[in-house]
Amino acid sequence: MTGLANTEPKLESPVGAPAAVATVAASRKGRGEFLYFALRSKKFLFAMGILLVLIAIAVLGPMIDGTDPVATDLLPMQPPSTDPGYWLGTTSFGEDVFAQFANGLRATFFVGLLGGGLAALIGMAVGFTAGYRGGWTDEILNMLTNVVLVIPSLAVLIVISSYLKARGVLFEAVFIGATSWPWAARAIRAQTFSLRSRDFIDLAKLSGRKGWRIIVEEIAPNMSSYLFMTFILLFGGAILIAASLDFIGLGPTGGMSLGLMMFNAVTYGAALLLGYWWWFIPPGLGIMATVGALYVMNVGLDEIFNPKLRDI
Amino acid sequence: MLSLNRVSKFYKVGTFGGKEMAAVRDVSFDVKEGEVVSLIGESGSGKTTIGKMVLKLIEISRGSIVCDGTDVAAIHGAEVKAYYRHVQGVFQDPFSSYNPIFKADRVFGMIRSEFFPGVPNSEWDAKVDAALRSVSLDPGQVLNKYPHQLSGGQLQRLLVARALLLELKILVADEIISMLDASTRIDVLNLLAELKGRGMGILFITHDLSLGNYISEKTVILRRGAVVEMGATDKVFGNPTHPYTKVLISSVPQLHKKWAEVEAEIQARGGDDAGTCLYHRFYRPTELSGDSTEDRPAMIKVEDDHYVGCFELGQGICKV
Ligand SMILES: Nc1ncnc2c1ncn2[C@@H]1O[C@H](COP(=O)(O)OP(=O)(O)OP(=O)(O)O)[C@@H](O)[C@H]1O
Ligand SMILES: [Mg+2]
Repeated sequence: MTGLANTEPKLESPVGAPAAVATVAASRKGRGEFLYFALRSKKFLFAMGILLVLIAIAVLGPMIDGTDPVATDLLPMQPPSTDPGYWLGTTSFGEDVFAQFANGLRATFFVGLLGGGLAALIGMAVGFTAGYRGGWTDEILNMLTNVVLVIPSLAVLIVISSYLKARGVLFEAVFIGATSWPWAARAIRAQTFSLRSRDFIDLAKLSGRKGWRIIVEEIAPNMSSYLFMTFILLFGGAILIAASLDFIGLGPTGGMSLGLMMFNAVTYGAALLLGYWWWFIPPGLGIMATVGALYVMNVGLDEIFNPKLRDI
Repeated sequence: MLSLNRVSKFYKVGTFGGKEMAAVRDVSFDVKEGEVVSLIGESGSGKTTIGKMVLKLIEISRGSIVCDGTDVAAIHGAEVKAYYRHVQGVFQDPFSSYNPIFKADRVFGMIRSEFFPGVPNSEWDAKVDAALRSVSLDPGQVLNKYPHQLSGGQLQRLLVARALLLELKILVADEIISMLDASTRIDVLNLLAELKGRGMGILFITHDLSLGNYISEKTVILRRGAVVEMGATDKVFGNPTHPYTKVLISSVPQLHKKWAEVEAEIQARGGDDAGTCLYHRFYRPTELSGDSTEDRPAMIKVEDDHYVGCFELGQGICKV
């Protein structure tokens, strides 16, 4: 999945350098400080606004308008209008595009949250363990990371798909989570590595603290902003991967997603050729807006956490 | 009580970790109850490395460290925790000894939760209070503050207080004086003397000869990871035998003198002591005699409680 390569976070420098000091300072001052700068960061507010609107559509849309996204009882190929059921027009099968959009957005957030969350968890587990333990543990985990990195996950997915008759959104999310963690693991490993040689880690050891508690209580809090940003980027990455999988027909076999809408529009509806723009523009915009907002949010967070980038 | 037996530490260096660098070589000495042993050497001579090996924070490459019959390298898990109840350290850099995002007194909290989980609040507070007072800190001034709100000296003394909460037998004090101003220096030195009186053994790491001379019963002079001379402090200072120690001690009154100048002076004097290596008058150089360095002690006895190593260690083969 090539989309992954450039999702690596462009954080300034590992812990120990000024950016990390900023991180530390930001987390020290606590939530008040964070909120203060968050509310002053236009990028963050802008991205948050877009995400909130999208989340509202995803959550409330299907609740208010209970139309079945795959029911074919409407007039086909209607452009958007104010009539109920035709807000975003209909597909060539007579399905409600708005219902599909709202439900698809739901699936998109679900995949992002679960896939990105899972990848973040695996990445943290592997990265923290490898970075803290070092030695053989590190070498083995590093090997595992590299193996997952070079596995052609698309080929694996095609093989799995030929065995599984029905694939749900859950399967897709888990698959994405299980394959997109390596860069996060690497980044976290590097940060952990530079933190573990600090004297306060030794002092915690001298206090009889166990390894995992040192990771959770001493190391992780020192890179909390980094972890948060990693999650945001994995979230966005998972959405993009899901969209591409759906678009090439490897997505969930039931249900609706934004990628699937585009797949249907192009494959069955010839929407591009025939100019049914209302069929493929909303899902495309939805994906773009979600991922774009997440990335802008990441840049905004960088400014919030790093005083050197703040324009005061 | 604490005994180092031919301890060495090698670090892998170079691009692929192909080369080994000896940070500590063949070091043996003891720290007994109620005794301060000062470990003196210039920057990079391996002092901290030795301290960390004693504290089981880094592995021992060769040799062994034994404390009260426990082989430090052989203990695991709960045994390590039991070891830390009696053996503690205070590190060189007080600022990096604290997790910057938490309050400084969290170091006490950790000790409490790991070693004294059942102790009621009032009893614990009294204990902390007493520990703070014994390092001349005012609890009201240092508790409930973040590390960046305290001075290096206060942080350093908090660390000593932290160690005092436990039932200490051995304290590894790595340059704990250098961060302090003159008046607190005296306080901490007096505290160390008092701890010594209570039977604690202290490994006092310093690069300050006069400080070592002032406080310790025993002195170990370290150079490039190896002990050049050691023994009772009055003997080492009164009758320095190794050319390195001689130059060092003759330059003590000249406080401005840097370690680098000492090194230069030794090179310049080189001729004087050549051929007089006591060690190799006793042991013929290994490449002539054919026996390996493993078989022989690293030092020879000059007099009771006074030992010296090869004069030219680290500069190639001793020419005798
Ligand atoms: N993790 C490491 N990897 C490689 N070399 C190391 C490592 N830690 C220490 N060294 C090297 O070991 C040698 C001894 O270091 P050590 O910190 O023990 O010196 P020191 O006597 O405490 O010096 P200082 O007075 O400056 O604290 C130095 O040359 C140092 O570069
Ligand atoms: Mg040191």
